[in-house]
Amino acid sequence: MLAWTIYLSFLGALASRLAPSKQAARILALLTALAGLALTIAAALHWQPGELLTVARVPWIPQLGIEYHLAADGISLTLLLLTGIAATAGILFSWNIENRTQEFFAFFLVLIGGVYGVFLAFDLFLLFVFYEIAIIPKYFLIAIWGSVPRDASGEKAGAQREYAAMKLALYSFAGSALVLAGMAATWSVSGGKSLSFDALTRYPFPVHFQMWAFPLVFLGFAVLAGMWPFHTWAPTGHAAAPTAASMLLAGVVMKLGAYGCLRVAMMLFPAGLGPWGFHFLGLGSWRDVFAVLAVIGIVYGASVALVQRDFKFVIGYSSVSHMGFVLLGLMTLTRIGLDGAVLQMFSHGVIAGLLFAVVGRMVYDRTHTRQLHELSPMRLAHYIPFAAVTFILAGMASIGLPGFSGFIAEFQVIVGTWRALPWMAIVAGIGILVGIAFTWRALTMAFFGEPVARSHEHALPPITLPEKIASLLLIATTLVVGLYPRVLTDLILPSLNSPLFEGLRKGAWR
Amino acid sequence: MNAVSYLELLRLTLPEIALTVAALLLLTLDLTLLRPSPLARRFSVAAFIACAGCLAAIALVAASSATASLPDGMFVLTPLTHVVHIVLLVLALLTVLLSTATRFTDHVGEYIALILFATVAMMFLIATENLLLIFVALEFLSLSLYILTGFDKHSRQSAEGALKYFLFGGMSAGFLLFGMSLLYGLSGSIELPRIAAAVSGPSLDPLLLIAIVMVAIGFGFKVAAAPFHLWAPDAYQGAPTVSAGFIASSSKVASFFIFAQVVTLALLPAAGTAGYRGYTPGWVPVIAIIAALSMVLGNLAAIAQTSLRRLLAYSAIGHAGYMLIAFAAHTPESLSALLYYVITYALASLGAFGVLGALEAEGVDRIRDLAGLNRRAPGMAFCLLIFLLSLAGIPPLSGFFGKFFVFAAALHAEPHLSLLWLVLLAVAMSAVSLYYYLGVLKQVYVTEGPADAPPLRIAPPTRIGVWLLAALVVILGCAPSLLLNWFSIH
Repeated sequence: MLAWTIYLSFLGALASRLAPSKQAARILALLTALAGLALTIAAALHWQPGELLTVARVPWIPQLGIEYHLAADGISLTLLLLTGIAATAGILFSWNIENRTQEFFAFFLVLIGGVYGVFLAFDLFLLFVFYEIAIIPKYFLIAIWGSVPRDASGEKAGAQREYAAMKLALYSFAGSALVLAGMAATWSVSGGKSLSFDALTRYPFPVHFQMWAFPLVFLGFAVLAGMWPFHTWAPTGHAAAPTAASMLLAGVVMKLGAYGCLRVAMMLFPAGLGPWGFHFLGLGSWRDVFAVLAVIGIVYGASVALVQRDFKFVIGYSSVSHMGFVLLGLMTLTRIGLDGAVLQMFSHGVIAGLLFAVVGRMVYDRTHTRQLHELSPMRLAHYIPFAAVTFILAGMASIGLPGFSGFIAEFQVIVGTWRALPWMAIVAGIGILVGIAFTWRALTMAFFGEPVARSHEHALPPITLPEKIASLLLIATTLVVGLYPRVLTDLILPSLNSPLFEGLRKGAWR
Repeated sequence: MNAVSYLELLRLTLPEIALTVAALLLLTLDLTLLRPSPLARRFSVAAFIACAGCLAAIALVAASSATASLPDGMFVLTPLTHVVHIVLLVLALLTVLLSTATRFTDHVGEYIALILFATVAMMFLIATENLLLIFVALEFLSLSLYILTGFDKHSRQSAEGALKYFLFGGMSAGFLLFGMSLLYGLSGSIELPRIAAAVSGPSLDPLLLIAIVMVAIGFGFKVAAAPFHLWAPDAYQGAPTVSAGFIASSSKVASFFIFAQVVTLALLPAAGTAGYRGYTPGWVPVIAIIAALSMVLGNLAAIAQTSLRRLLAYSAIGHAGYMLIAFAAHTPESLSALLYYVITYALASLGAFGVLGALEAEGVDRIRDLAGLNRRAPGMAFCLLIFLLSLAGIPPLSGFFGKFFVFAAALHAEPHLSLLWLVLLAVAMSAVSLYYYLGVLKQVYVTEGPADAPPLRIAPPTRIGVWLLAALVVILGCAPSLLLNWFSIH
């Protein structure tokens, strides 16, 4: 049944494209997203701990041993849940799109279908196919419906959108090109019999092959996870995207990259994480390299977010910082660190979605500005209190206050890091402090500014019902996970103990 | 020398004969009965006869799955040549379908007949393992293509393109002939497998190396690989759209197939390796260098183009580079990979030219003229999206699997992973290619066209042809095993 999340999304895309009216397209899209969410929840409820839920397995290209193999373990299910929630919320938040509505929802659902596919694919080739399917809709979503700062208008606005869209598409494609090369090499080295994960995890890849295949593939995926210094597509892309697309980009698409890092690079080439046997600049393995890059990303993203003038860029850079925690968690190679990384993927997906929704939909669509110094005199907390409350809650979750999902995720990552790479935990801690600072700054400037003398009345449209429902959905999710993290850790932890990760456990696990 | 039974020869060449008869029939009809009819009717009648001829030929090929080999490798039919024959005939059929919307010439019969004649030449070309016949068939094909390129007599560009194509083509024929004569001189035979037997030796004869380079140059011109590509952009731009599509599709399939035959059959012992460690001379390094040059030059030059056809021409040069990687791999699966790539490439590229042809009446040539196409002709815009994304190698379209298959074959090459440098270059260049393909699609989907532009009227046969091609690109991408089975079962 779980496979229908993919097919339904593509069918829903077709249906929304052909829908007779805009309203029909919206409703069709919403129904598709809800159906996908319902299917994933049902699957997660029926999941037995540690089980690998095989959804479909048929030969696809028998000549090359490629199978159409869909399966889900707990990690996949966690991210599938996230996709379902983010898709539903994204559609609710784009209820007000009037320009080429049918096409918008069609592209949106194709993107969702690709994302579901990546999380469900259990054959490297199939995973890659879905991974690339997701690239093209992103380009069009940003280039056609993107939002740009108010000072740029007409031609210039179009050029900015297209720049951001093209940058994002090229970064994604360049990253996936690395993965493609790694995949072809994997196929060739493993004898060209199969690209299915269960066959590949059992195949003893030579250590020297893993030593170069691991960084190649990890880097390819990490580009999409926003790893410093390949993160620059993320803030520009997120800021230029329409609200729903930013929510998906930050919320889910960046997770594709992180998921690929874990599922492909680390699961298949665990020996690539081992020591090189020599030290260069104090780094002794690829693990050290990527851990350092992740930590730089955490601190750099947060520091840059601290000085942004554009509200949306603040959130864009904060995503870079939070995704740094995911990568750092992966590089701890401890059970708690990996658990934290996956939880952080989920948590950041929900929180970033909420933040972008506040900025892009609730604030920008009403005030038509994203400049913090222009928002400051408007005292938005007074006029759209719902947005202010939502942003406060999302900000609290984002900086990792206990009770929200961000806390439990980042806490686990830090604990894991403390055990494995102590001094990095300290630096990452500094990143969290900076994170508190930029969230506080954005919050006060955007919502609780000083009223200027010439106070003029803003006739801001009230928050609509779809916005409220979607916000409540996301807030409830982060609270549930924050207060009772076992809903997700019960999915993730048994999966980390599964035979699939045996190489990782035997190799560099601490 | 054994005597060849003419009856036997006639039986074996029935598909070619069917096509020739159709061509002569439509030529006669058009010159006599249809002369006073309006242009549209003449095109539809001629296209109908041509399509019937193609279908008959396809049926004949499919029916006679016999393998045959005439003495001296004059005419060789294997399961694989059957497959390529059918592919060529299908491409010819679609080309004819697309050409019915053409209005630039009133020499209807000649135009359609030339397409069929070129197809006959290609069918002969791939069904022979004899150097002499290869050369004759190649020249027959080239002559037809020169005329097709210069067919638009009212256009200076068409004449210029044809002249350049002709001059470069003539020169390349000289190189090819020189290389072939060296091969004959070294081996005393003009039959490909016998040449291989004769030239196999412990060390590489310097003369053989010269022959290899000459043959590579000669075929390099035909397949428009850098640095022998100079004719391609002008020919693609000047030629009537359908001719350009035909050159980019059918003739690519045939030229690549015979190129592969010559190097793998005749020069098998002189392969060499192109690894970054353990380089040995032979044709593999020559091909690898041409491949690298084509990919870099084609893809980088395509970025700067403002004319869609020139962009397609440069991208064709880049794609020739990818296909040459499959050659350079020189593994058991590399012929499959090459054929899959070239066939799907031909479909996508013919489709792109088909869409262009449909827009030709509106004077669309520059990329920016495509602005707002999505609103004016959503169907055509969607098909163009499919073709260009397939060329860029986005799954699930067929171009993606072609790329993967080629790369996988190249990495399978002995010694292990020695061609990794070439694959990494190819992968980097494919990221570049997405940039310019997306640039075109941006005009189609994102940029708003003039508000008052009316919807485009597309002739039904063109529409059918384009949609068929798009469907093929999608189906072969989703189920590559259809094509792969076909290569191996026959």
